[in-house]
Amino acid sequence: MKTMAITIKPKTFLLLPVLLVLVAGVVLTVVRFTYGLGKVTALSDAFPWGLWVGFDVVCGVALAAGGFILTAITYLFNAERYKPVLRPAILTAFLGYILVSVGLLYDLGKPWNIWHPLVMWNPHSVMFEVAWCVMLYSTVLALEFSSIIAEAMKWKKVVTAFHAIAVPLVLAGVLLSTLHQSSLGSLFLIVPLKLHPLWYSSLLPLNFFLSAVAVGFAMVILESFISSRILHRGLEFDLLVDLGRFLWFAEIVFLAVRLQDLFVSGVLHYAMDGSLEGIAFLIEMGLFFTSILLLSIRRIHNSKIGLFFAAATAVLGVMANRLNVSLVGMLSDSKSGYFPSWSEITISLFLVTMGVIVFFTAARYLPIFPPEKEADISK
Amino acid sequence: MATYGLLLDFNTCIGCKACMRSCKEVNNLSGPLGQELSAENYTVVNTYKDLNYRKMCMHCLTPSCTSVCPVGALKKSELGPVTYDGNKCIGCRYCMVACPFSIPRYEWNNPRPVVRKCIMCISRIEQGKEPACAWVCPMGATRFGERDRLLDIARARLTRHPDKYVNHIYGEKEAGGTSVLMISSIAFADLGFRSTLPQEPLPDLTWTVLRKIPNIVFTAGIVVGGIWWVINRRMELDRENNGNNHKA
Repeated sequence: MKTMAITIKPKTFLLLPVLLVLVAGVVLTVVRFTYGLGKVTALSDAFPWGLWVGFDVVCGVALAAGGFILTAITYLFNAERYKPVLRPAILTAFLGYILVSVGLLYDLGKPWNIWHPLVMWNPHSVMFEVAWCVMLYSTVLALEFSSIIAEAMKWKKVVTAFHAIAVPLVLAGVLLSTLHQSSLGSLFLIVPLKLHPLWYSSLLPLNFFLSAVAVGFAMVILESFISSRILHRGLEFDLLVDLGRFLWFAEIVFLAVRLQDLFVSGVLHYAMDGSLEGIAFLIEMGLFFTSILLLSIRRIHNSKIGLFFAAATAVLGVMANRLNVSLVGMLSDSKSGYFPSWSEITISLFLVTMGVIVFFTAARYLPIFPPEKEADISK
Repeated sequence: MATYGLLLDFNTCIGCKACMRSCKEVNNLSGPLGQELSAENYTVVNTYKDLNYRKMCMHCLTPSCTSVCPVGALKKSELGPVTYDGNKCIGCRYCMVACPFSIPRYEWNNPRPVVRKCIMCISRIEQGKEPACAWVCPMGATRFGERDRLLDIARARLTRHPDKYVNHIYGEKEAGGTSVLMISSIAFADLGFRSTLPQEPLPDLTWTVLRKIPNIVFTAGIVVGGIWWVINRRMELDRENNGNNHKA
C-alpha cells in the first residue's frame, strides 16, 4: 500500500498560541517536578483528585476507545469495509494511552514508583486492575501499531507473523478494554456518600462501558472529518454515515440504561433543583439528546456538517459525563470549592497539543490513511 | 491474637491537647498544633459547646484505604492499626478519595510526597506499650485496649449515665466497624462526623463487581470469539462455494 503525499499547512494564526502553550507547558513541568503538586495545582486534602485525573485520565481513556471498537468491528466481526478508518483509530488510541500515561506521571505523587503495581499486588483494588489492563492494552496497541509500520516497511515476515496473531491479539485488546473502560466507573463505587446521587450508581461500570462504546464511534467520525480537513485528503463519508448509525444506537442504549436507573433510584428531582450538579447534569443530558436528535433526522445524519456536529456533541456529552463523575459530582460533599488552577489547565492543554502534533506528524510520514484513490470514494 | 483499639470518651476530655503534643513527638511531626488534621497533625482536639472532641484515623476493621491501594502500601495489621508504607506508595491518592471519614492527608508541597495519617503507634504496640496519645492522657479520656473490652466499657458507661451520653458508640458499626470507638454527650453529626455511613464495609461495594471479572473475561471471550468463528466460517464456506461454482 502506498502512502499518499500529505501536506500540512499550519494556519499561521494558530502558531502563536500553540508555541505559547508549549513553552508554558515546559516551564510548568519543571516547576511541578521540582516543587511538588501543591505549587501548580488547586488540589487539597479535601479534594485530592482534580483535572489531571478527571480530564487527562478518565476522559482520556474514554476518548481513546475508538481503537478497540474499530478493531472489534473489522477483525472480529469481519466488517472489512471499515478498514480505511481502522488505522487512524489505532493511532489515536495508541497516542491516547501514551497521553494518559504521561498525564498520570504528572498526577502521581511518586511517578518514579509507577511500576510498583507490577510486583506489589492488591487484587481487591480497582486501581490495581485498571493499572494492569492499561499496561497490557497499551502493549496490544503498540503491537497493532507496529504492524502498521511493518506493512509500510514491507517487512514481509513480520507482517505474516502479525496476520497469524491478529485475531487473538484483537480479542485480547477488546477484553482488556471492556474491563478497564468499565473499571474506571468502578473506581467510584466505593464513595457512595461522596459522589452526588445523579452520578453514583451500582451501574457505574456498565454506564462507563456503554458510553465508551458510543464515544469510540464518535471519535472515529470526528477525527476522520478533522484529518481530512487538515491533511487535505478525501473523506470516507458513507463509512462515517454507517458509523453514525452505530453511534446513534449506542447513545440510546446508554441513555436508556442511565435514565431508567436514575428514575428507579428516585433521584431525578435533583436535576431540577437549580444546583450546580443539576445544571451539570442537564448539560450532560442535553448534549446526548442533541446528538441523538441530529442523528435521528435523516437529512442531517446524511449531511457532512450534521454528522460532524452529532459526533462532536456525543464526544462532549461523554466528556461532560466523565468530568461530572470525577469532579463536579464530588464537589459538594468535599466542601472544597475546587476549581482547576491555570497551571493544571495549561499542562492538560500542553499534553493534548503534543498529542495532536504527534498525530499529524505520524499521519504525514506513516501509512495511516489509505491512498487518495481508495479514500476518495465519496466523490 | 487480640485486636486492639482506642476508646475516646469526649465527656472526660479536658482539652489539654497532651495527646496532640505526644503524637507529634513520637511521629516526628514538625509545626504548631493545628485545628485541622494535616500532614503534621495526625490528631486534633477541638471544642464545640464546652465539649472537647478528638479527630483521628478510625482504623476501620475493613478499611476502604487498604482495599483501594493498588500496591498494598496501606495494610490492616492483625493488632488493629492501619499502617502505611511510603516506600511502596505511588501517590495516586485513591486512599484519600475512598476514605469514608476523609482522614488521610498529603504532603502537597513536597516533591517526594507521602500520605500522612495516624498509624496507632504500631511500633509501640508491638513493643507492648500503649499508643502515645492513650499513654499520655491524664484523664483516661483516650483508652487503649482490646476492642471487645473497650466496647463493653463504652456500653457500660452509656447504660450507667444515659443522661450524659447520646446513645451511640461511634465506630461500633460505622462502615463495618472501626478499631477506634467514640462516645459523647453531643450527637456525632453535630461534631462534624459523618453520621449516615452504611453498616456494611464499603470495600464490599467494589468487590461484588471485581470478583466477577474472571467470569466476565471468560464469558465475553467465548461469546466474541464465537461470533468471530461463526462469521469467519461462513465467509470461508462462501468462498469455497463460489470457487466450486466457478469450476462447474
